[in-house]
Order: sequence, then structure tokens, then C-alpha cells
Amino acid sequence: MSDSPIKMRVRETVILRVVGKALVPFILLFALYVQFHGDYGPGGGFQAGVIFAAGLILYALIFGLDSLREAIPQVVVEIGIALGTLLYGGVGVVSMIMGGEFLHYGVLDHHNPVHGQHLGILLVELGVGITVAFVMVAIFYAFAGRSRQ
Amino acid sequence: MGEHALGSLVEMTLFVLMIALAVYIARLRSLFAAAMLFGIFSLLSAGMLTLMDAVDVAFTEAAVGAGISTVLILGALGLTTSEEAPPRKHGWTALLVVSATGLMLIYGTLDLPVYGDPNAPIHQHVAPHYLKDSVDEIGIPNVVTSVLASYRGYDTFGETTVILTAAVGAILLLGPRTGRTRKEDDDGEGSQ
Repeated sequence: MSDSPIKMRVRETVILRVVGKALVPFILLFALYVQFHGDYGPGGGFQAGVIFAAGLILYALIFGLDSLREAIPQVVVEIGIALGTLLYGGVGVVSMIMGGEFLHYGVLDHHNPVHGQHLGILLVELGVGITVAFVMVAIFYAFAGRSRQ
Repeated sequence: MGEHALGSLVEMTLFVLMIALAVYIARLRSLFAAAMLFGIFSLLSAGMLTLMDAVDVAFTEAAVGAGISTVLILGALGLTTSEEAPPRKHGWTALLVVSATGLMLIYGTLDLPVYGDPNAPIHQHVAPHYLKDSVDEIGIPNVVTSVLASYRGYDTFGETTVILTAAVGAILLLGPRTGRTRKEDDDGEGSQ
């Protein structure tokens, strides 16, 4: 039993296609909720990134790898994984420029260090989320792209 | 007290199920079934972590362990066979090494503080400061996020870089520019 029975049968099943199509937007939306609600409840950039990638991978499993590659090309994925880490490090560098230590978010807002912390955490978590989501997709592409036809 | 007893009962049930599942997976020859059962194992550990009030970790375990890694293992199975090769001989040496390591690990846990002990060193160092002052210093209710993103922001930056490195490794080794076409993979790339 290779991977082909899974992929073939999945693509032929009408129910799975319909339910999957309905579910994917909600999974992506839930990922955004987890991303931006991480300050108040469980979750954060890492979990959000993984959930976002799970939604995209579900899409690829149902509609085929090529459909996802069309929506998110390899180049975008490779830029994305670097962009998130760059955003994280960038916040650290900016906080150094503004007179604090590396990743000391308090200095990002001159009037209220707590607001600076809010801003710093928001941006840093966003960086983590972007990197994790694209990393998961990149690893999935790397594995699934080599599958036997 | 009643609630505590119920919690312990659920904990014990989860533990027993996890051990039974682990033994069953170890004896399985079908890698496809093993991959699926690993997903269930991750879900059980997510339940376990929820009981420990570590909801952030449980969330991650459910998403990564039961979700993404199952898909990645299935993707890897697609490149090899989904049946484990029969073992050539009984690895008595391996059993000995594993048992000795396990016994040493159990011996090591004897020095650890009791589970849930409030006087354990881990709860005496910086944890009280985080719990007491993080709302004034950081101003967000989820202390886990405060610790991860701000107090320990440097560590999280390192972790993000590790994840980035994982993807770079996967792209370099398996990605579209490795120079090998799909057809060539069929010979000599298997597990045996």
C-alpha cells in the first residue's frame, strides 16, 4: 500500500471535497484568531502557524499538490520562512536603535513601556507565525513533491 | 478532594492508554497504522498536558503531533514502503542497552521533586516574579505569552531560527532543486 490509494480515493470523494472546501477557510480564520488572541488565551505564533499550515495542507490533500503550489508557489514559501525570522530579528534591532537592549520592547513606545511591550510581542509573534506556517508548507512540499506518480 | 480523585483517575486512564498504545505501536509491522496511532498517542498526551494546566503546550502537541507530523510521516511513507521489514535477528544487545538506559533514567527521577510540589526549585526561581509582576511589566493576561515572547524573547528567537533551519535543510535535501527527478527516486531510495 503506497500513498497512491490515499490520494486517489481522497480526490474522488465528493463529500470530502465539499466538506474540505467548507472547512479550509474556517481553519485559516481560526489560525488568525489563535495568532492574535495569544495575548489573552492559549495559543500564539507557533500554534497559529501550525494550524494555518494544517489548513493549507488539508487543501493540498483534497485538491492536489499542484492546486496549492499554484496558490502558494515555492518562491513565496522560501521568502516567507525568511521573512518571519527577519521580522522577529528586526524588532530586536529596532529596539536597539531606539536605545534599549536587543528585543527589549519597552523602548518601542516612549510614553508607555507597557504599550511598547504589547507592540513588540504582537510583531514578534507575527514573525513566529509567518515562519512556522511557511516552514510547515515548505517541508510538506519537500516530501510530497517527491512522491511517486 | 473528590475533584482531585477524579482528576487522578483520568490521568491514570490516559497513562495506561498511552503505555498500551506505545507497546502496540512497537509491535506493529504496518507503518501506515503506526503513523495513525502515533497521532492518537499525541492526542492522548495533549489531554495529559491539559490536565496539567499546560494548555499552551497541549495546544501545540495536538496541532503538531496529531496534525502536521502525521501528514509528514505519511508523506515520507509515500517515498518508501508502508510495511516494516521483518527483523533479521532478535536484538538482545539492543534490549539490554535500552533496559539499562531506562533503569538509569528511573534512578535519575528519584532525585526529582514530587510532581506538583510548590517548593520545587523550578517554582522558586523566576516563576514567582513572572506570575506576580508580568501584568504590570508586560500588561497582557497570558503569562505564557509574556514569558515566551518578552522575558525569554531571545530563546524564542533561537527556536524560530531552528525551525527556519529545519525548512532550509528539508529544501536543500529533498526540495525541487536537488537535481534528481521524480523517476530516479524509484530505485535505490528505499529504506532497505
